[in-house]
This record gives sequence, structure tokens and C-alpha cells, in this order.
Amino acid sequence: MAATATLGYDDLPALLKRLTGDEKHDWSSLSTLDVLWVLYDRVLREDDRFLLSKGHGPTAFYAVLAAKGILPLELLDGFSSFDSPLGHHPDRLLVPGAELGSGSLGHGLPIAVGRALAGRRVYVLVGDGELDEGSNWEAVQYAGRIGLETLTAVVIDNESSTYQWPGGIERRFALEGWHAVRVDGRDHDAVELALRDRRSGRPSCVVAEMLR
Amino acid sequence: MSMRERFYELASEALRNDERTAVVLADIGTAKIPEHPRRFNVGIREQLMIGVAAGLALEGYRPVVHSYAPFLVERPYEQLKVDLGHQDVGAVLVSCGASYDASVEGRTHQAPEDVAILSALPGWTVQVPGHVVELERLLARALRRDDRIYIRLSEEENHAPVPAGGHGEGLVVLREGAGPLVVAVGPTLGETMAATADLDVTLAYLSTVRPFPHDDLRAALRGADVVLVEPYLAGTSAAEVSAALADRPHRLLALGVPNAEFRHYGEPHEHRAAHGLDAAGIRASLEAWTPAG
Repeated sequence: MAATATLGYDDLPALLKRLTGDEKHDWSSLSTLDVLWVLYDRVLREDDRFLLSKGHGPTAFYAVLAAKGILPLELLDGFSSFDSPLGHHPDRLLVPGAELGSGSLGHGLPIAVGRALAGRRVYVLVGDGELDEGSNWEAVQYAGRIGLETLTAVVIDNESSTYQWPGGIERRFALEGWHAVRVDGRDHDAVELALRDRRSGRPSCVVAEMLR
Repeated sequence: MSMRERFYELASEALRNDERTAVVLADIGTAKIPEHPRRFNVGIREQLMIGVAAGLALEGYRPVVHSYAPFLVERPYEQLKVDLGHQDVGAVLVSCGASYDASVEGRTHQAPEDVAILSALPGWTVQVPGHVVELERLLARALRRDDRIYIRLSEEENHAPVPAGGHGEGLVVLREGAGPLVVAVGPTLGETMAATADLDVTLAYLSTVRPFPHDDLRAALRGADVVLVEPYLAGTSAAEVSAALADRPHRLLALGVPNAEFRHYGEPHEHRAAHGLDAAGIRASLEAWTPAG
């Protein structure tokens, strides 16, 4: 998982510019950038798993993987072309460093539960709109009831859910037994602190607020 | 002992003896497979059941997943496609409640279309044992492998097991004749044997229906007439027969469960008869199809 850092956060805009093509998920891409950077730069350890469930708008993911030396930089230039391994949704068999093939929403969190049950520390990134999918809540309920403490869900909240989450996403996770907090998703120190602030016997949820 | 009951024993044994085996359940079978650190019951959450199996497979385990066919194949169909297929990991799916086994439960608990829809996804091996001894052989093999395997258990069972063919789990020719090649799948063999006992046909048996044994079918076919007797949706393997015989003129009679909302309860044997899959029904279909002389 972890790799020697080759580039820094300030280099990411230049990498994103190399990812040309008819990307349709610009805001979606940028909304994940800060959390992805904190995960790969500060949090993930060698044996940890990271699953990008919200596969929409993966350019930020590709840029961070490239900055960390996991993905060859030259691959960024062919984004979404026929022979490129980098499409609008990541394919784990094609993208170096991708641990989940995603795109269809609501699959990452259940798979993350399985990987956590196998004894791994697992981080899974989902979107607030993605949480509309009922399959997520099967995973949220089960992980909470069994106290799956090696699982952390990061929710990017950019208010993309059509009917929103009145009362807050974090309250719903907390009701199911998770340790859940909300942070400013652009505050790297706050995101890091929240990701590290886990509770024994409870899965963790960090809602990263990324309003426009 | 039914195949389903034997499966519970075998799964429990695998948990005890094979550290690679994990069992994922959604409340069905929990009373029969004792608690174990690698037995995960996710409650009535079948999408999660498949997702958890995929996660375990990604970490090197061999997940065995079990429920009624509608809840194992139909409800989490996209999970089978994405969580297993697209991630390129395997699992052993073992269903109970084949076709009309759950006759008194009604349509919601019946999935005669399971093999057809699973066959639409790439990379699946689909196995339909007709006897508990065949189940033992197929499950033992499945646990040793890494790919995606669906084993379809039925309450209907043949009187005796059919040994594997000389080259694995292909088509097994039971007797040869001058008439049509009659292929009985899984638990339809007993009724098919009774229906054809006095007919001059080639009778063959098949329990591994995907991948379909194209070469075996070509080798066994003497004339041009093929009869498929499948215990699930009629015509499920018709395209496979057509592909196998693409360069040979042939006729096909595909028997199975009709594609219809069948709003009856009662006993499985009543459904079998209503679908024309008992010996009398199979015989009647053969006589109506086989040209005179």
C-alpha cells in the first residue's frame, strides 16, 4: 500500500491537468482529492487496504497514486483512451494500486466488511450520494452490530444526495454503533486526526464535509 | 439424507479442516452449520452476503455462500457480476430450493431461471448434482479451486449417482441407441430414464452444465435430434446446443420449467407433472416431437 513519496500535494494540480479527456465528474473528482491525499500521505500503512467505492470521478485518485509513485506518471496522459488502463471508473485489474474495481455504487462498503473480517485494517471511501444505495446500509448495520473495529468508512459529503441526509450522515452511522465524526474535509490535520481517532469495538466513520 | 443436509455436514467439516474455507450465510442454514470463527452470518442481507464473500476471497479465503436460489442468485445479481466477476475473484455458491422445491412457498421462493441468468455472466461453472454422492464429489473439487462455481441443490434426487466421465465432469453416455440423443440434467435423470426405457435412444447424463461440453455433445450425437431435459427454465442450454452443432443440421427439443408465473402451491411432484417433467410428460413430449417412422 504505502510507497515512497515522489511528489507533494502542491504537485497534484499539474498531475490533474495531464488527465485530459471528456471527464464528466469534475467536482466529484476534486471533492475526494484532499481526503485521498491525507490517506496516502499520512495514514495508510503497508498492509492496510484502501477501497475507492465512489469510483465516479477518479482523476484525483489517479493523481494521488501517481504522486506517490504507485502509478507511472506517463499513464496519466492517456486517460480514458482505448488502450489506457485509466478509465472513468477504476478497474482493479488495470490500475496499479487500485484495490477495488468500482463505478456501480454501493459495492465497496460490503466488500470492505469482508476484507475487514479477514483481519485487515480497511479504509473505504464512499460519497454521500452513494449512500442512497441500500446495499451500503446492509454493511453499515452489520459492521456496527458486530463491532468491526478494523473498518473505517470515509464519507465525502458534497451534498450530492438528491434528498440529502437531514440530521446528518454521522448520526445514522452512530445509531448503528459506529464511532462517527464530521470534519472539514479540506483541513488535512483534522482529517488525519479523525482517521486515527478510533474506538475499541466499533467501526469508524469520518464524514468529510466538502461543500462547494 | 438430502443433498441439502449433506451440504451442511460438508461445509461444517470444511470449516474444521480447511483454514482456507469461510462460510457466509444470510440466516439460511445457520441452525445446521455450527458457529465457527470463519462462519459469518450477516442476517437477512443478501447483497452484503456476496460482498463479504468477495472481500474474503480478495484476502485469500475460499468463501462458500449459501441460501435459497432466489436470494443467492437473483436478489444480489449485480453483486455476483461486480463483487465477484469484475473483481476477478471466486466463490462457491450453493443454493437450495431448486425450481419448484419450495412449491408451497409460492413464486417468491422459486427461481427456475437461476441457471439462465447466471450463465449470462462470464466465468461461472454451474453444477447440478442429481445425487448426494455427486454433490460430495463436486463440492470437494470446488473447495480446492479458486474460480466461481454455482452448485444447485435439489430436493429431487436420482436413485443412484452417475460416476464422473473419463475426462472429468462432462457428458456421460449411459446407453446408446439409434434414435435421438436425450440429455438428462441432474435430478431429471430418473424420470427421463423411465420415460425412455423402451425407446431406442442414446441416453446421456450431465451435471456440469457450464461450461457446456460442446465436444462431448458432438461425439455422442449419431443423428440430428437432440432432447434436453433440464430441471430449470426450459431452453436454458438451447443456445449451447446450437453453438455446439453450428455446422451440423440438427433439431432440438428443449424441455424444462416453462417461463411463466405459475400460481400454484401443493407438492413438488405436482409441479413436476404440470411442467411435463415427470416420466409421462417427458414421454408425451417425445412422442409429439419425434416424427412418425
